[in-house]
Amino acid sequence: MNKPPRNWLKGVLSAYDTVVIGSGLAGMTSANLLAKLGHKVLLAEHHYNMGGMATWFKRKGGHVMDISLHGFPCGMIKTLRKYWTQDISHRVIQLKNVRFDNPQFSVNTSFDKIDFTHILRERFGILREVIDEFFLTVRDMNFYDEVVMTTRELFEKYFPGRTDVWRFLMEPITYANGSTLDDPAITYGIVFSNFMDKGVFTYQGGTDHLIKEMKQELLRNGVDIRTHCMVEKIYVDDKTVQGVRINGQDIQCKSVLSNSNLLTTIEQLTGEEHFDPEFIKEVKKVRLNNSSCQVYMGIKTGETVPNVGDLLFSSEADEYCTDQILSKDVTSRTFSFYYPEIRPGTNRYSIVSSTNARYQDWANLSESEYKKDKHHLEQTTLDALEKYVPGIRKKVDHVEASTPKTFKRYTLHPSGTSFGTKFEGLKISRDLPKQINGLFHAGSVGIIMSGWLGAANYGVIVANETDKYLRQLSPSLVTASA
Amino acid sequence: MTIEEVRQIILNILADIAPDEDISSIDDNTKLRDQIDLDSMDFLDIVMELRKRFNIEVPEKDYEHLATMAGCVSYLTPLLKNRPLASS
Ligand SMILES: Cc1cc2nc3c(=O)[nH]c(=O)nc-3n(C[C@H](O)[C@H](O)[C@H](O)COP(=O)(O)OP(=O)(O)OC[C@H]3O[C@@H](n4cnc5c(N)ncnc54)[C@H](O)[C@@H]3O)c2cc1C
Repeated sequence: MNKPPRNWLKGVLSAYDTVVIGSGLAGMTSANLLAKLGHKVLLAEHHYNMGGMATWFKRKGGHVMDISLHGFPCGMIKTLRKYWTQDISHRVIQLKNVRFDNPQFSVNTSFDKIDFTHILRERFGILREVIDEFFLTVRDMNFYDEVVMTTRELFEKYFPGRTDVWRFLMEPITYANGSTLDDPAITYGIVFSNFMDKGVFTYQGGTDHLIKEMKQELLRNGVDIRTHCMVEKIYVDDKTVQGVRINGQDIQCKSVLSNSNLLTTIEQLTGEEHFDPEFIKEVKKVRLNNSSCQVYMGIKTGETVPNVGDLLFSSEADEYCTDQILSKDVTSRTFSFYYPEIRPGTNRYSIVSSTNARYQDWANLSESEYKKDKHHLEQTTLDALEKYVPGIRKKVDHVEASTPKTFKRYTLHPSGTSFGTKFEGLKISRDLPKQINGLFHAGSVGIIMSGWLGAANYGVIVANETDKYLRQLSPSLVTASA
Repeated sequence: MTIEEVRQIILNILADIAPDEDISSIDDNTKLRDQIDLDSMDFLDIVMELRKRFNIEVPEKDYEHLATMAGCVSYLTPLLKNRPLASS
Protein backbone atom coordinates (compact mmCIF):
# COMPACT_ATOMS: atom_id res chain seq x y z
CA MET A 1 0.00 0.00 0.00
CA ASN A 2 1.18 3.55 -0.71
CA LYS A 3 2.17 5.67 2.23
CA PRO A 4 -0.06 8.72 2.62
CA PRO A 5 1.75 11.82 1.33
CA ARG A 6 3.70 13.61 4.03
CA ASN A 7 2.11 16.77 5.33
CA TRP A 8 4.82 19.37 4.96
CA LEU A 9 2.66 21.94 6.71
CA LYS A 10 2.13 19.91 9.83
CA GLY A 11 1.96 22.16 12.89
CA VAL A 12 1.84 25.35 10.86
CA LEU A 13 0.20 28.35 12.54
CA SER A 14 -3.06 29.74 11.21
CA ALA A 15 -1.59 33.23 10.79
CA TYR A 16 1.76 34.96 10.35
CA ASP A 17 3.01 38.52 10.14
CA THR A 18 4.85 37.69 6.94
CA VAL A 19 4.92 34.79 4.56
CA VAL A 20 8.13 34.78 2.54
CA ILE A 21 7.68 32.94 -0.75
CA GLY A 22 10.93 31.29 -1.79
CA SER A 23 14.24 30.69 -0.08
CA GLY A 24 16.68 32.31 -2.50
CA LEU A 25 19.26 34.59 -0.95
CA ALA A 26 16.82 37.50 -1.02
CA GLY A 27 14.03 35.45 0.56
CA MET A 28 16.22 33.94 3.26
CA THR A 29 17.91 37.23 4.13
CA SER A 30 14.61 39.08 4.45
CA ALA A 31 13.05 36.25 6.47
CA ASN A 32 16.00 36.29 8.84
CA LEU A 33 15.90 40.03 9.31
CA LEU A 34 12.14 40.19 9.80
CA ALA A 35 12.31 37.45 12.41
CA LYS A 36 15.11 39.30 14.21
CA LEU A 37 12.93 42.40 14.18
CA GLY A 38 10.32 40.45 16.09
CA HIS A 39 7.88 39.34 13.42
CA LYS A 40 6.35 35.92 13.02
CA VAL A 41 7.69 34.62 9.70
CA LEU A 42 6.84 31.62 7.57
CA LEU A 43 9.36 30.79 4.84
CA ALA A 44 7.84 28.58 2.16
CA GLU A 45 10.02 26.88 -0.45
CA HIS A 46 8.69 24.52 -3.10
CA HIS A 47 11.98 22.67 -3.55
CA TYR A 48 13.40 20.20 -1.04
CA ASN A 49 16.53 22.33 -0.69
CA MET A 50 16.84 25.93 0.32
CA GLY A 51 19.00 28.51 -1.43
CA GLY A 52 17.27 28.98 -4.77
CA MET A 53 20.01 29.38 -7.33
CA ALA A 54 22.57 29.48 -4.56
CA THR A 55 22.60 25.72 -4.65
CA TRP A 56 24.63 22.56 -5.15
CA PHE A 57 24.11 18.92 -5.89
CA LYS A 58 25.87 15.70 -5.02
CA ARG A 59 26.69 12.78 -7.28
CA LYS A 60 28.06 9.28 -6.81
CA GLY A 61 31.78 9.18 -6.31
CA GLY A 62 31.73 11.93 -3.69
CA HIS A 63 31.18 14.77 -6.13
CA VAL A 64 29.70 18.04 -4.93
CA MET A 65 28.90 20.62 -7.61
CA ASP A 66 28.22 24.29 -6.95
CA ILE A 67 25.87 26.11 -9.28
CA SER A 68 26.40 29.81 -8.63
CA LEU A 69 29.52 30.02 -6.51
CA HIS A 70 31.78 31.43 -9.18
CA GLY A 71 32.48 34.55 -7.23
CA PHE A 72 30.89 37.57 -5.63
CA PRO A 73 32.06 41.06 -4.62
CA CYS A 74 33.82 41.90 -1.35
CA GLY A 75 30.68 43.61 -0.05
CA MET A 76 29.27 40.14 0.63
CA ILE A 77 31.50 39.91 3.72
CA LYS A 78 29.77 42.85 5.34
CA THR A 79 26.33 41.70 4.27
CA LEU A 80 26.92 38.25 5.74
CA ARG A 81 28.20 39.73 8.96
CA LYS A 82 25.40 42.23 9.44
CA TYR A 83 22.41 40.18 8.35
CA TRP A 84 23.70 36.67 9.10
CA THR A 85 26.54 35.80 11.45
CA GLN A 86 30.20 36.61 12.09
CA ASP A 87 31.09 32.96 11.55
CA ILE A 88 29.51 32.88 8.13
CA SER A 89 31.24 36.09 7.08
CA HIS A 90 34.63 34.78 8.22
CA ARG A 91 34.49 32.05 5.62
CA VAL A 92 34.69 34.41 2.68
CA ILE A 93 38.01 34.15 0.85
CA GLN A 94 39.43 35.91 -2.17
CA LEU A 95 39.95 34.33 -5.58
CA LYS A 96 43.27 35.65 -6.72
CA ASN A 97 43.68 34.26 -10.19
CA VAL A 98 41.16 35.41 -12.75
CA ARG A 99 42.08 34.69 -16.34
CA PHE A 100 40.99 35.83 -19.76
CA ASP A 101 41.85 33.87 -22.86
CA ASN A 102 40.49 34.86 -26.26
CA PRO A 103 41.74 35.76 -29.75
CA GLN A 104 42.21 39.40 -28.68
CA PHE A 105 44.20 38.89 -25.49
CA SER A 106 45.30 36.53 -22.77
CA VAL A 107 45.72 38.01 -19.26
CA ASN A 108 45.75 37.06 -15.61
CA THR A 109 44.41 39.46 -13.04
CA SER A 110 43.50 39.70 -9.37
CA PHE A 111 40.41 41.51 -10.66
CA ASP A 112 40.63 44.62 -8.55
CA LYS A 113 40.96 48.28 -9.41
CA ILE A 114 44.72 48.53 -9.00
CA ASP A 115 45.44 45.55 -11.21
CA PHE A 116 42.82 46.53 -13.77
CA THR A 117 44.32 50.01 -14.00
CA HIS A 118 47.75 48.50 -14.47
CA ILE A 119 46.58 46.15 -17.21
CA LEU A 120 44.61 48.85 -19.00
CA ARG A 121 47.76 50.98 -19.09
CA GLU A 122 50.45 48.45 -19.80
CA ARG A 123 48.59 45.89 -21.86
CA PHE A 124 46.04 48.05 -23.64
CA GLY A 125 47.95 51.34 -23.69
CA ILE A 126 45.16 53.48 -22.22
CA LEU A 127 46.12 56.81 -20.65
CA ARG A 128 46.08 57.01 -16.88
CA GLU A 129 43.70 60.00 -16.86
CA VAL A 130 41.18 58.19 -19.03
CA ILE A 131 41.23 55.15 -16.78
CA ASP A 132 40.81 57.23 -13.63
CA GLU A 133 37.96 59.18 -15.12
CA PHE A 134 36.27 55.98 -16.24
CA PHE A 135 36.52 54.48 -12.77
CA LEU A 136 35.18 57.69 -11.22
CA THR A 137 32.24 57.76 -13.61
CA VAL A 138 31.17 54.19 -12.95
CA ARG A 139 31.71 54.55 -9.21
CA ASP A 140 29.39 57.54 -9.04
CA MET A 141 26.50 55.75 -10.72
CA ASN A 142 23.45 55.32 -8.51
CA PHE A 143 20.48 53.14 -9.12
CA TYR A 144 18.11 56.05 -8.78
CA ASP A 145 19.96 58.07 -11.41
CA GLU A 146 18.08 58.84 -14.53
CA VAL A 147 18.84 56.32 -17.24
CA VAL A 148 20.51 58.11 -20.08
CA MET A 149 23.43 56.13 -21.35
CA THR A 150 23.89 52.52 -22.40
CA THR A 151 27.02 50.59 -21.58
CA ARG A 152 27.96 50.69 -25.25
CA GLU A 153 27.78 54.49 -25.18
CA LEU A 154 29.81 54.57 -22.00
CA PHE A 155 32.55 52.45 -23.57
CA GLU A 156 32.36 54.39 -26.82
CA LYS A 157 32.95 57.56 -24.82
CA TYR A 158 36.03 56.40 -22.93
CA PHE A 159 37.47 53.74 -25.21
CA PRO A 160 36.24 54.53 -28.72
CA GLY A 161 36.63 51.62 -31.11
CA ARG A 162 38.62 49.58 -28.60
CA THR A 163 36.62 46.38 -28.71
CA ASP A 164 39.44 44.58 -26.92
CA VAL A 165 39.07 46.91 -23.94
CA TRP A 166 35.27 46.56 -24.07
CA ARG A 167 35.64 42.83 -23.90
CA PHE A 168 38.04 43.02 -20.98
CA LEU A 169 35.63 45.26 -19.08
CA MET A 170 32.38 43.67 -20.14
CA GLU A 171 32.77 39.92 -20.44
CA PRO A 172 32.97 39.17 -16.69
CA ILE A 173 29.97 41.37 -15.97
CA THR A 174 27.93 39.70 -18.68
CA TYR A 175 28.48 36.42 -16.90
CA ALA A 176 27.90 37.99 -13.51
CA ASN A 177 24.55 39.59 -14.24
CA GLY A 178 23.48 38.84 -17.78
CA SER A 179 23.78 42.46 -18.87
CA THR A 180 24.72 43.45 -22.39
CA LEU A 181 26.18 46.49 -24.12
CA ASP A 182 22.66 47.73 -24.78
CA ASP A 183 21.49 47.78 -21.17
CA PRO A 184 21.61 51.03 -19.16
CA ALA A 185 25.18 51.86 -18.19
CA ILE A 186 24.31 51.82 -14.48
CA THR A 187 23.56 48.09 -14.63
CA TYR A 188 27.16 47.77 -15.66
CA GLY A 189 28.60 50.49 -13.46
CA ILE A 190 27.19 49.36 -10.15
CA VAL A 191 28.16 45.72 -10.49
CA PHE A 192 31.55 46.52 -11.99
CA SER A 193 32.35 48.96 -9.17
CA ASN A 194 31.27 46.40 -6.57
CA PHE A 195 33.75 43.90 -7.94
CA MET A 196 36.50 46.42 -8.61
CA ASP A 197 36.33 47.59 -5.04
CA LYS A 198 38.51 44.73 -3.85
CA GLY A 199 38.29 41.76 -6.20
CA VAL A 200 36.34 38.50 -6.47
CA PHE A 201 35.48 36.38 -3.46
CA THR A 202 34.10 32.97 -2.69
CA TYR A 203 32.81 31.01 0.28
CA GLN A 204 35.03 28.43 1.89
CA GLY A 205 32.99 25.37 2.68
CA GLY A 206 30.94 25.53 -0.49
CA THR A 207 27.33 26.46 -1.10
CA ASP A 208 26.03 23.49 0.92
CA HIS A 209 27.86 24.73 4.00
CA LEU A 210 26.61 28.29 3.58
CA ILE A 211 22.99 27.30 3.18
CA LYS A 212 23.17 24.88 6.11
CA GLU A 213 24.54 27.68 8.31
CA MET A 214 21.85 30.06 7.13
CA LYS A 215 19.17 27.51 7.86
CA GLN A 216 20.45 27.11 11.42
CA GLU A 217 20.42 30.86 11.91
CA LEU A 218 16.88 31.16 10.55
CA LEU A 219 15.74 28.49 12.99
CA ARG A 220 17.53 30.21 15.88
CA ASN A 221 15.67 33.38 15.06
CA GLY A 222 12.36 31.57 15.02
CA VAL A 223 11.56 31.43 11.31
CA ASP A 224 9.10 28.67 10.48
CA ILE A 225 10.82 27.01 7.50
CA ARG A 226 8.81 24.79 5.21
CA THR A 227 10.35 23.05 2.22
CA HIS A 228 8.27 21.10 -0.34
CA CYS A 229 5.76 23.89 0.07
CA MET A 230 4.48 25.54 -3.05
CA VAL A 231 2.75 28.86 -2.64
CA GLU A 232 -0.11 28.71 -5.13
CA LYS A 233 -1.98 31.91 -4.45
CA ILE A 234 -1.70 35.24 -2.69
CA TYR A 235 -5.12 36.33 -1.42
CA VAL A 236 -5.94 40.00 -1.80
CA ASP A 237 -9.05 41.77 -0.69
CA ASP A 238 -9.73 45.48 -0.64
CA LYS A 239 -6.26 46.13 -2.10
CA THR A 240 -4.70 44.45 0.93
CA VAL A 241 -2.92 41.13 1.39
CA GLN A 242 -5.01 38.66 3.42
CA GLY A 243 -3.15 35.38 3.17
CA VAL A 244 -1.74 32.68 0.95
CA ARG A 245 -2.57 29.19 -0.22
CA ILE A 246 0.23 26.69 0.26
CA ASN A 247 -0.09 23.08 -0.91
CA GLY A 248 -3.86 23.60 -0.96
CA GLN A 249 -4.03 25.01 2.56
CA ASP A 250 -5.02 28.60 3.40
CA ILE A 251 -2.84 30.56 5.80
CA GLN A 252 -3.50 34.11 6.92
CA CYS A 253 -0.82 36.76 6.90
CA LYS A 254 -0.50 40.51 7.15
CA SER A 255 2.13 40.71 4.48
CA VAL A 256 3.74 38.67 1.74
CA LEU A 257 7.33 39.05 0.67
CA SER A 258 7.73 37.20 -2.59
CA ASN A 259 11.10 35.92 -3.71
CA SER A 260 9.38 34.22 -6.61
CA ASN A 261 9.96 35.84 -9.98
CA LEU A 262 8.46 39.34 -10.23
CA LEU A 263 6.16 38.54 -13.14
CA THR A 264 5.01 35.27 -11.59
CA THR A 265 4.22 37.14 -8.38
CA ILE A 266 2.03 39.64 -10.19
CA GLU A 267 0.43 37.62 -12.94
CA GLN A 268 0.04 34.19 -11.41
CA LEU A 269 0.25 34.34 -7.64
CA THR A 270 -1.70 37.57 -7.14
CA GLY A 271 -3.65 38.04 -10.36
CA GLU A 272 -3.66 41.03 -12.68
CA GLU A 273 -7.20 41.98 -11.69
CA HIS A 274 -5.94 43.32 -8.36
CA PHE A 275 -3.68 45.92 -9.96
CA ASP A 276 -4.34 49.21 -11.76
CA PRO A 277 -4.56 48.66 -15.52
CA GLU A 278 -1.90 51.35 -15.97
CA PHE A 279 0.44 49.42 -13.72
CA ILE A 280 -0.21 46.19 -15.60
CA LYS A 281 0.65 47.99 -18.84
CA GLU A 282 4.08 48.70 -17.40
CA VAL A 283 4.37 45.14 -16.12
CA LYS A 284 3.84 43.86 -19.66
CA LYS A 285 6.88 45.80 -20.78
CA VAL A 286 9.19 44.06 -18.32
CA ARG A 287 11.68 41.82 -20.11
CA LEU A 288 13.10 38.72 -18.48
CA ASN A 289 16.82 38.33 -18.40
CA ASN A 290 18.53 35.40 -20.10
CA SER A 291 19.19 31.98 -18.64
CA SER A 292 22.21 29.70 -18.46
CA CYS A 293 23.70 26.38 -19.45
CA GLN A 294 26.28 24.69 -17.31
CA VAL A 295 28.50 21.65 -17.57
CA TYR A 296 29.63 20.08 -14.30
CA MET A 297 32.77 18.02 -14.35
CA GLY A 298 33.75 15.97 -11.32
CA ILE A 299 37.38 14.93 -10.99
CA LYS A 300 38.12 11.35 -9.90
CA THR A 301 39.22 10.67 -6.34
CA GLY A 302 42.99 10.94 -6.15
CA GLU A 303 43.31 12.92 -9.40
CA THR A 304 44.48 16.51 -9.28
CA VAL A 305 44.17 19.60 -11.45
CA PRO A 306 47.08 22.06 -11.54
CA ASN A 307 46.19 25.64 -10.64
CA VAL A 308 45.21 27.06 -13.99
CA GLY A 309 43.18 29.88 -12.47
CA ASP A 310 40.07 30.22 -10.33
CA LEU A 311 37.88 31.80 -12.93
CA LEU A 312 38.66 31.61 -16.60
CA PHE A 313 36.80 33.65 -19.19
CA SER A 314 37.53 31.70 -22.31
CA SER A 315 36.33 32.47 -25.79
CA GLU A 316 37.08 31.62 -29.39
CA ALA A 317 34.98 34.46 -30.74
CA ASP A 318 36.88 37.24 -32.50
CA GLU A 319 35.18 39.99 -30.51
CA TYR A 320 32.81 40.41 -27.59
CA CYS A 321 29.31 39.99 -28.94
CA THR A 322 26.15 39.44 -26.91
CA ASP A 323 24.48 37.40 -29.60
CA GLN A 324 27.36 35.00 -29.79
CA ILE A 325 27.57 34.71 -26.04
CA LEU A 326 23.91 33.69 -25.95
CA SER A 327 24.12 31.46 -28.99
CA LYS A 328 23.64 27.74 -28.65
CA ASP A 329 26.79 27.12 -30.68
CA VAL A 330 28.69 28.87 -28.03
CA THR A 331 32.43 29.25 -27.98
CA SER A 332 32.49 31.63 -25.01
CA ARG A 333 32.44 30.09 -21.56
CA THR A 334 33.41 30.80 -18.00
CA PHE A 335 35.21 27.99 -16.27
CA SER A 336 35.16 27.88 -12.50
CA PHE A 337 37.82 25.68 -10.97
CA TYR A 338 37.06 24.40 -7.50
CA TYR A 339 40.26 23.28 -5.80
CA PRO A 340 40.37 21.46 -2.46
CA GLU A 341 40.70 24.82 -0.63
CA ILE A 342 37.02 25.45 -1.31
CA ARG A 343 36.07 22.43 0.79
CA PRO A 344 39.08 21.95 3.03
CA GLY A 345 39.71 18.40 4.03
CA THR A 346 37.97 16.80 1.09
CA ASN A 347 40.87 16.91 -1.34
CA ARG A 348 38.45 17.01 -4.26
CA TYR A 349 38.33 19.04 -7.44
CA SER A 350 35.51 20.00 -9.72
CA ILE A 351 35.17 22.25 -12.73
CA VAL A 352 32.01 24.01 -13.82
CA SER A 353 31.58 25.64 -17.19
CA SER A 354 28.87 28.28 -17.54
CA THR A 355 27.42 29.94 -20.57
CA ASN A 356 24.59 32.39 -20.89
CA ALA A 357 21.72 30.88 -22.86
CA ARG A 358 18.25 31.48 -24.25
CA TYR A 359 15.33 29.44 -23.02
CA GLN A 360 13.71 29.18 -26.44
CA ASP A 361 16.78 27.46 -27.87
CA TRP A 362 16.21 24.56 -25.50
CA ALA A 363 12.51 24.55 -24.70
CA ASN A 364 11.01 23.08 -27.84
CA LEU A 365 13.30 20.18 -28.59
CA SER A 366 12.08 16.61 -28.69
CA GLU A 367 13.35 14.44 -25.89
CA SER A 368 15.97 12.83 -28.10
CA GLU A 369 17.12 16.14 -29.55
CA TYR A 370 17.39 17.59 -26.07
CA LYS A 371 19.50 14.65 -24.94
CA LYS A 372 21.67 14.84 -28.01
CA ASP A 373 22.23 18.59 -27.63
CA LYS A 374 23.12 18.22 -23.97
CA HIS A 375 25.60 15.54 -24.88
CA HIS A 376 27.07 17.81 -27.55
CA LEU A 377 27.39 20.61 -25.00
CA GLU A 378 29.23 18.29 -22.61
CA GLN A 379 31.62 17.05 -25.27
CA THR A 380 32.46 20.45 -26.78
CA THR A 381 33.06 21.77 -23.27
CA LEU A 382 35.51 18.98 -22.52
CA ASP A 383 37.22 19.70 -25.84
CA ALA A 384 37.58 23.36 -24.91
CA LEU A 385 38.87 22.50 -21.47
CA GLU A 386 41.56 20.21 -22.90
CA LYS A 387 43.53 23.32 -23.86
CA TYR A 388 43.84 24.36 -20.22
CA VAL A 389 43.86 20.99 -18.49
CA PRO A 390 45.53 18.49 -20.80
CA GLY A 391 44.19 14.97 -20.38
CA ILE A 392 40.96 16.24 -18.83
CA ARG A 393 38.93 13.32 -20.17
CA LYS A 394 41.07 10.91 -18.18
CA LYS A 395 40.66 12.95 -15.01
CA VAL A 396 36.88 13.27 -14.92
CA ASP A 397 34.49 10.56 -13.92
CA HIS A 398 31.30 12.54 -13.86
CA VAL A 399 30.01 14.92 -16.52
CA GLU A 400 26.55 16.42 -16.54
CA ALA A 401 24.87 19.41 -18.16
CA SER A 402 22.06 21.72 -17.17
CA THR A 403 20.07 23.98 -19.47
CA PRO A 404 17.55 26.81 -19.12
CA LYS A 405 14.92 24.09 -18.72
CA THR A 406 16.75 22.76 -15.68
CA PHE A 407 16.86 26.20 -14.07
CA LYS A 408 13.18 26.65 -14.71
CA ARG A 409 12.28 23.35 -13.12
CA TYR A 410 14.16 24.04 -9.91
CA THR A 411 13.41 27.73 -9.38
CA LEU A 412 10.06 27.97 -11.20
CA HIS A 413 11.35 31.13 -12.84
CA PRO A 414 9.76 31.80 -16.23
CA SER A 415 12.17 30.89 -19.03
CA GLY A 416 14.60 29.76 -16.36
CA THR A 417 15.89 33.31 -16.06
CA SER A 418 19.19 33.36 -14.17
CA PHE A 419 19.21 37.03 -13.39
CA GLY A 420 15.57 38.02 -12.95
CA THR A 421 14.36 40.86 -15.10
CA LYS A 422 15.93 43.64 -17.10
CA PHE A 423 16.25 47.12 -15.66
CA GLU A 424 12.58 48.13 -15.93
CA GLY A 425 11.65 45.38 -13.44
CA LEU A 426 13.22 47.27 -10.56
CA LYS A 427 10.63 50.03 -10.54
CA ILE A 428 7.78 47.54 -10.76
CA SER A 429 9.20 45.56 -7.87
CA ARG A 430 9.59 48.71 -5.76
CA ASP A 431 6.07 49.89 -6.60
CA LEU A 432 4.22 46.67 -5.71
CA PRO A 433 3.31 47.81 -2.18
CA LYS A 434 1.79 51.00 -3.60
CA GLN A 435 -0.58 48.79 -5.57
CA ILE A 436 -1.43 46.29 -2.86
CA ASN A 437 -0.94 46.92 0.83
CA GLY A 438 1.35 44.35 2.33
CA LEU A 439 2.64 42.91 -0.96
CA PHE A 440 6.40 43.05 -1.36
CA HIS A 441 8.86 41.55 -3.79
CA ALA A 442 12.55 40.90 -3.29
CA GLY A 443 14.77 38.96 -5.63
CA SER A 444 16.70 39.36 -8.82
CA VAL A 445 15.36 42.39 -10.64
CA GLY A 446 16.70 45.18 -12.72
CA ILE A 447 20.08 43.45 -13.17
CA ILE A 448 21.45 45.53 -10.29
CA MET A 449 19.61 43.66 -7.57
CA SER A 450 20.85 40.29 -8.72
CA GLY A 451 23.78 38.06 -7.99
CA TRP A 452 24.40 36.86 -4.44
CA LEU A 453 25.19 40.31 -3.08
CA GLY A 454 22.48 42.16 -4.95
CA ALA A 455 19.80 39.63 -4.03
CA ALA A 456 20.79 39.51 -0.35
CA ASN A 457 20.95 43.30 -0.07
CA TYR A 458 17.68 43.72 -1.88
CA GLY A 459 16.21 41.31 0.66
CA VAL A 460 17.32 43.72 3.39
CA ILE A 461 15.95 46.78 1.61
CA VAL A 462 12.55 45.14 1.18
CA ALA A 463 12.52 43.67 4.69
CA ASN A 464 12.92 47.25 5.90
CA GLU A 465 9.79 48.26 3.94
CA THR A 466 7.91 45.25 5.26
CA ASP A 467 8.90 46.02 8.84
CA LYS A 468 7.73 49.59 8.39
CA TYR A 469 4.38 48.36 7.09
CA LEU A 470 3.89 45.85 9.90
CA ARG A 471 4.72 48.40 12.56
CA GLN A 472 2.21 50.82 11.12
CA LEU A 473 -0.39 48.09 11.49
CA SER A 474 0.58 47.39 15.10
CA PRO A 475 2.37 50.40 16.59
CA SER A 476 2.78 48.59 19.88
CA LEU A 477 5.56 46.47 18.43
CA VAL A 478 8.33 48.49 20.03
CA THR A 479 11.15 46.39 21.32
CA ALA A 480 12.36 49.05 23.72
CA SER A 481 9.12 49.19 25.66
CA ALA A 482 8.95 45.43 26.01
CA MET B 1 16.23 61.92 26.83
CA THR B 2 19.07 64.39 26.87
CA ILE B 3 21.22 65.40 23.94
CA GLU B 4 24.10 63.38 25.38
CA GLU B 5 21.89 60.31 25.68
CA VAL B 6 20.74 60.67 22.10
CA ARG B 7 24.33 60.97 20.95
CA GLN B 8 25.21 57.83 22.90
CA ILE B 9 22.36 55.94 21.26
CA ILE B 10 23.66 56.80 17.80
CA LEU B 11 27.14 55.70 18.85
CA ASN B 12 25.77 52.39 20.09
CA ILE B 13 23.99 51.80 16.82
CA LEU B 14 27.10 52.70 14.83
CA ALA B 15 29.21 50.37 16.96
CA ASP B 16 26.91 47.49 16.01
CA ILE B 17 26.96 48.36 12.34
CA ALA B 18 30.67 49.05 12.02
CA PRO B 19 32.43 47.07 14.75
CA ASP B 20 35.86 47.50 13.19
CA GLU B 21 35.75 51.28 13.18
CA ASP B 22 36.97 53.64 15.86
CA ILE B 23 33.86 55.58 16.70
CA SER B 24 35.17 57.24 19.85
CA SER B 25 36.84 60.00 17.86
CA ILE B 26 33.91 60.89 15.63
CA ASP B 27 33.72 64.59 14.85
CA ASP B 28 30.16 65.80 15.15
CA ASN B 29 30.26 68.19 12.24
CA THR B 30 32.04 66.10 9.63
CA LYS B 31 30.07 63.67 7.48
CA LEU B 32 29.95 60.22 9.10
CA ARG B 33 30.69 58.69 5.73
CA ASP B 34 33.99 60.54 5.52
CA GLN B 35 35.10 59.29 8.94
CA ILE B 36 34.00 55.68 8.99
CA ASP B 37 33.30 53.21 6.23
CA LEU B 38 29.52 53.52 5.85
CA ASP B 39 27.52 52.75 2.72
CA SER B 40 23.87 53.23 1.90
CA MET B 41 23.01 49.83 3.40
CA ASP B 42 24.52 50.99 6.71
CA PHE B 43 22.30 54.06 6.73
CA LEU B 44 19.36 51.77 6.15
CA ASP B 45 20.46 49.82 9.23
CA ILE B 46 20.42 53.00 11.29
CA VAL B 47 16.87 53.69 10.14
CA MET B 48 15.80 50.13 10.98
CA GLU B 49 17.39 50.29 14.42
CA LEU B 50 15.64 53.56 15.22
CA ARG B 51 12.34 52.05 14.23
CA LYS B 52 12.98 48.89 16.20
CA ARG B 53 14.17 50.60 19.36
CA PHE B 54 11.98 53.71 19.44
CA ASN B 55 9.30 53.30 16.81
CA ILE B 56 10.70 56.35 15.04
CA GLU B 57 10.12 56.46 11.33
CA VAL B 58 12.70 58.41 9.35
CA PRO B 59 11.20 59.03 5.91
CA GLU B 60 13.56 58.71 2.96
CA LYS B 61 13.51 62.45 2.32
CA ASP B 62 14.95 63.01 5.80
CA TYR B 63 17.91 60.64 5.41
CA GLU B 64 20.12 63.62 4.68
CA HIS B 65 19.70 64.74 8.31
CA LEU B 66 21.57 61.62 9.36
CA ALA B 67 24.72 62.54 7.44
CA THR B 68 26.59 63.98 10.45
CA MET B 69 26.47 63.23 14.14
CA ALA B 70 25.30 66.78 14.83
CA GLY B 71 22.57 66.31 12.22
CA CYS B 72 21.44 63.04 13.82
CA VAL B 73 21.30 64.59 17.27
CA SER B 74 19.35 67.67 16.25
CA TYR B 75 16.95 65.64 14.11
CA LEU B 76 16.34 62.91 16.67
CA THR B 77 16.36 64.80 19.97
CA PRO B 78 12.89 66.33 19.52
CA LEU B 79 11.54 62.93 18.45
CA LEU B 80 13.05 61.21 21.48
CA LYS B 81 12.45 64.04 23.94
CA ASN B 82 9.68 62.37 25.85
CA ARG B 83 11.14 58.89 25.79
CA PRO B 84 12.84 57.38 28.78
CA LEU B 85 16.28 56.00 28.00
CA ALA B 86 15.52 52.61 26.53
CA SER B 87 17.60 49.50 26.60
CA SER B 88 20.03 49.63 23.73
C1 LIG C 1 24.32 29.43 -13.57
C2 LIG C 1 24.32 30.58 -12.65
C3 LIG C 1 25.50 31.07 -12.15
C4 LIG C 1 25.53 32.17 -11.28
N1 LIG C 1 26.70 32.56 -10.76
C5 LIG C 1 26.74 33.55 -9.84
C6 LIG C 1 27.95 33.93 -9.20
O1 LIG C 1 29.01 33.37 -9.44
N2 LIG C 1 27.94 34.95 -8.31
C7 LIG C 1 26.79 35.61 -7.99
O2 LIG C 1 26.83 36.52 -7.18
N3 LIG C 1 25.61 35.25 -8.58
C8 LIG C 1 25.57 34.25 -9.49
N4 LIG C 1 24.38 33.89 -10.07
C9 LIG C 1 23.18 34.65 -9.75
C10 LIG C 1 22.67 34.34 -8.36
O3 LIG C 1 22.73 32.97 -8.12
C11 LIG C 1 21.25 34.83 -8.23
O4 LIG C 1 21.15 36.17 -8.65
C12 LIG C 1 20.72 34.78 -6.80
O5 LIG C 1 21.06 33.56 -6.18
C13 LIG C 1 19.24 34.98 -6.87
O6 LIG C 1 18.66 34.98 -5.63
P1 LIG C 1 17.13 35.35 -5.48
O7 LIG C 1 16.90 35.61 -4.05
O8 LIG C 1 16.76 36.40 -6.43
O9 LIG C 1 16.25 34.11 -5.84
P2 LIG C 1 16.38 32.65 -6.40
O10 LIG C 1 17.70 32.07 -6.09
O11 LIG C 1 15.94 32.70 -7.79
O12 LIG C 1 15.34 31.89 -5.50
C14 LIG C 1 13.95 31.97 -5.62
C15 LIG C 1 13.38 30.87 -4.78
O13 LIG C 1 11.96 30.97 -4.77
C16 LIG C 1 11.41 29.67 -4.87
N5 LIG C 1 10.04 29.82 -5.37
C17 LIG C 1 9.65 30.45 -6.51
N6 LIG C 1 8.31 30.42 -6.62
C18 LIG C 1 7.85 29.76 -5.52
C19 LIG C 1 6.53 29.43 -5.06
N7 LIG C 1 5.44 29.78 -5.73
N8 LIG C 1 6.42 28.76 -3.88
C20 LIG C 1 7.53 28.40 -3.17
N9 LIG C 1 8.78 28.70 -3.56
C21 LIG C 1 8.94 29.37 -4.74
C22 LIG C 1 12.35 28.96 -5.80
O14 LIG C 1 12.23 27.56 -5.69
C23 LIG C 1 13.70 29.49 -5.30
O15 LIG C 1 14.21 28.71 -4.25
C24 LIG C 1 24.33 32.79 -10.94
C25 LIG C 1 23.12 32.31 -11.44
C26 LIG C 1 23.10 31.21 -12.28
C27 LIG C 1 21.81 30.67 -12.77
